Amino acid sequence: MATLTVEVVSPEKRVWSGEATMVSACTLDGDIGIMPGHISLLGVLVPGIITVKTSDGNTSDFNMAGGFISVNKDRVSVLGEEIVK
Amino acid sequence: MGAQLRIYRRRMRSVKATKKITRAMELISASRIVKAQQRVAASSPYANELTNAVSAVATFSNTVHPLTSPAHNPKRAAVLVITADRGMAGAYSNAAIKEGDAVVANLRGRGLEVDAYLIGRKAVNFYRFRNRAIAGSWTGFSDNPTFENAKEVSSALIENFLGESGADELHIVFTQFKSMITQEPLSDQLLPLADKSESAEPRGIMPMYEFESSAEGVLDALLPRYVEARVFNALLQSAASEHAARRRAMKSATDNADELIKSLTRLANAARQAEITQEISEIVGGADALASASAGSE
Repeated sequence: MATLTVEVVSPEKRVWSGEATMVSACTLDGDIGIMPGHISLLGVLVPGIITVKTSDGNTSDFNMAGGFISVNKDRVSVLGEEIVK
Repeated sequence: MGAQLRIYRRRMRSVKATKKITRAMELISASRIVKAQQRVAASSPYANELTNAVSAVATFSNTVHPLTSPAHNPKRAAVLVITADRGMAGAYSNAAIKEGDAVVANLRGRGLEVDAYLIGRKAVNFYRFRNRAIAGSWTGFSDNPTFENAKEVSSALIENFLGESGADELHIVFTQFKSMITQEPLSDQLLPLADKSESAEPRGIMPMYEFESSAEGVLDALLPRYVEARVFNALLQSAASEHAARRRAMKSATDNADELIKSLTRLANAARQAEITQEISEIVGGADALASASAGSE
């Protein structure tokens, strides 16, 4: 099964990176879930929680004070300030 | 002890004390370079992702945004110069200031008014001494900048850029950390985004993007962050360069001290030997004079 390559980065360091099956985030327009094969997307994130479902079945939550999400060919980058796992 | 010898000894003591200081500073800088380099490396994923995202929006939307489209008739420009707070780093600060002057001269040549934003006490003192106008200055974090510092600086720059009759261009001058031995002052245009897509090689076909909520909204939120990330990266690189420059300067100072101590030791030895020789010849001369005096009296 296809997976997403996810990177969660803050200005100071890469907070998390790895393979995932789904990423959900809240953008200005509302919550979105991203799964493999998603169309390329650039979105503004509002303060909230990013949930990453990793390939091994676990989920990781990240708290963040706003940021960005970009999706391109199953590569997902979450950029944000003050990311706390 | 002869006067000459005493002077040499005193100078040697003072050089040795100075050497201890420069050696300590060299070691401190050497240990900080590694950390500074790691911070540059750690900040690059964020900066790279942002740059990719910004170029994607700039390429895929026809939106006209003040932050991306060059002004038709630019009147003002803002220049941010990043230098050190402290000296003892060779030509590090001066090189950056000089590069800044070149950028300012170039902008003035195009008929623009220039607002100078300075980071680092060295640049501030340089401008104050010459009575130049300073639009904004920050000091105290040049050797260990945080993202908060970068945000503070960026928000002032962006405010100027977006304000009425504000700057139409934003330039940044910093010192690029190429390696432990090479650091180069560099100037770059932050805003409006220089259209690099034409000059650079095309990086494959760019994908079609969906924007959440709109291209304008994304740009509005993206560009200040882009500026922050660029400023932060410049600050970190400058900090690494500062440490490298200081280490090199302090290393050559330590080497010079070694050399000085060596030559002073030679001189002191010669002076001591001369003193001994003189004493011997005085004793021999005195003994001779005594001997001939007593021989004459017999």
